Amino acid sequence: MNPSTLEIGLGLRVPHYRHILEKKPVCGWFEIISENFMVDGGRPLEVLDAILEQYTVVQHGVSMFLGNADPLDRDHLRKLKRLVKRTKTPWLSDHLCWGSVGGKCSHDLLPMPYTKGVAKHTARKIRQAQDFLEVPICVENVSSYAEFMQNEMTEWEFLSEVVEQADCGVLLDVNNIYVSSQNHGFDPREYLRKVPHHRVGQMHIAGHTRLEHVILDTHDHPVPDPVWSLYAEAVRLCGNVPTLLEWDDRIPSFDEVHAEALKARRFWNAGRKAPQSMREEALVA
Amino acid sequence: MKTLRALQERMSDALMQPLTPRDGLQKSTRTDFIAPNDRMSGFERLEIYARQYWFRVLDCLHDDYPALRALLGQRRFHALCREYLAQHPSSSWTLRNLGSRLPEFIKDRAARDVAMIEWAQTLAFDEAWLKPLAVADLARGDAATMRLGIQPCVILTQVSHGVDHFITALHKTEAEVRGAASQAITGSPKRRVTRRRPALHRERVHLAVHRQDNRLYFKRLHPKAFRLLTALREGRTLAEALTHSKASAAQIREWFSEFSQLGWLTKPSTPHPKS
Repeated sequence: MNPSTLEIGLGLRVPHYRHILEKKPVCGWFEIISENFMVDGGRPLEVLDAILEQYTVVQHGVSMFLGNADPLDRDHLRKLKRLVKRTKTPWLSDHLCWGSVGGKCSHDLLPMPYTKGVAKHTARKIRQAQDFLEVPICVENVSSYAEFMQNEMTEWEFLSEVVEQADCGVLLDVNNIYVSSQNHGFDPREYLRKVPHHRVGQMHIAGHTRLEHVILDTHDHPVPDPVWSLYAEAVRLCGNVPTLLEWDDRIPSFDEVHAEALKARRFWNAGRKAPQSMREEALVA
Repeated sequence: MKTLRALQERMSDALMQPLTPRDGLQKSTRTDFIAPNDRMSGFERLEIYARQYWFRVLDCLHDDYPALRALLGQRRFHALCREYLAQHPSSSWTLRNLGSRLPEFIKDRAARDVAMIEWAQTLAFDEAWLKPLAVADLARGDAATMRLGIQPCVILTQVSHGVDHFITALHKTEAEVRGAASQAITGSPKRRVTRRRPALHRERVHLAVHRQDNRLYFKRLHPKAFRLLTALREGRTLAEALTHSKASAAQIREWFSEFSQLGWLTKPSTPHPKS
């Protein structure tokens, strides 16, 4: 499998299992939520094995919590590595966030305090995870609704600091940049300009929900125009990067989700690959 | 990273404290570590995360315990879950384990029985299915030293109410009959419940909640068969388990034939220290 050939992918979701297994639609690749398959048996793994016979699968996690003050969870990592061996994922992604402390888990992607010390701590943990899992890691920027008083830098400065020190990739979630820019009042295009483009190995696009004072990252709508517009800019800066549409709630038919994802192709530049990135490193490895 | 830990503990404590009756953050919560913006105070911004936390974990129990919800009614179920989660916040990276301690938390016997069986369903849904032992493998062994494993996706449990019949009745429209002694239920623990609640009768039931071809089934067991399987799972030798069960030779022959057909018998997952 050549990861640099991956184009537009979809999240593998339960309501679409039957359609995919029976119709075998043409789809670039599927992204799975790793934790849904870190089990010992049953239908999830059987479906995954059937999908793996036909498609490339890329793992996306929600529980590594690389920004936790606590050390990495070894039980989680062992199960994750077992899944990596099963899927042969070309790279693996999780979020630049924290989610548990002192043995209590929030099951949420909580924002980081943007400080030099925290960036160093988080980068060290990403390197540890990458060494253990033996697969390139991309970290995703999360959407957020709060910022800490102790922040010393912008989110994009923090992201850049972490990935440079960790020598890892970026999963650039364009919708999350938009959501956070609206919630915190920054310019999303400045964010896009300042991230290390050569490290962007994958992108996410999605829909969101606008409330009176805040935008929530709900993944339950088509991609809105402002996000497409940002995506176009991201492609201009980072090149044609494997892109995935996230649609996790009020999920319509497979064909509808697929058609929405394929709109991303409109913004791709003919023949323009991304600069040296995680995908090429994965290929070499 | 003392500062980071202190900050995360503070935020975690704030999120996981019970919400007010109107689903708000407790007014006494200190939120001076969160920056306000031009539209929202630090308190309001943190409240978004607190609501997200509570709605997520309550949704999870709502999905995992539909029969318990049907038994108690929405309001009592909701109050129980809030009380449970306040005392037992999630300690696992997976939400699958969130309700693991709910059965022991419940005082009412009937409700506890229902919760026990629903937790058994959660386990049976995605525990491992190992290579079953063939009858010939059993015949070759020496009962005095032989140890057998039971499929991890076979969950053995005893309750004081006919929970299997209760759950099956709740899902009557979706139920499928499989075999004389087993009743099929939907393959996923996440399922709808009917509005009219069937009766939950008091009776002693020894039950195996198990998975076959990715569907969950209930199988009532003779108390001696239950003792036999439990003894084998505990790592006793076959001879010890047979003695412990106090079953007749005819019963043992019948049950082993049935267990083999179901593929329930395996090699022990870890070698027994005595072997």
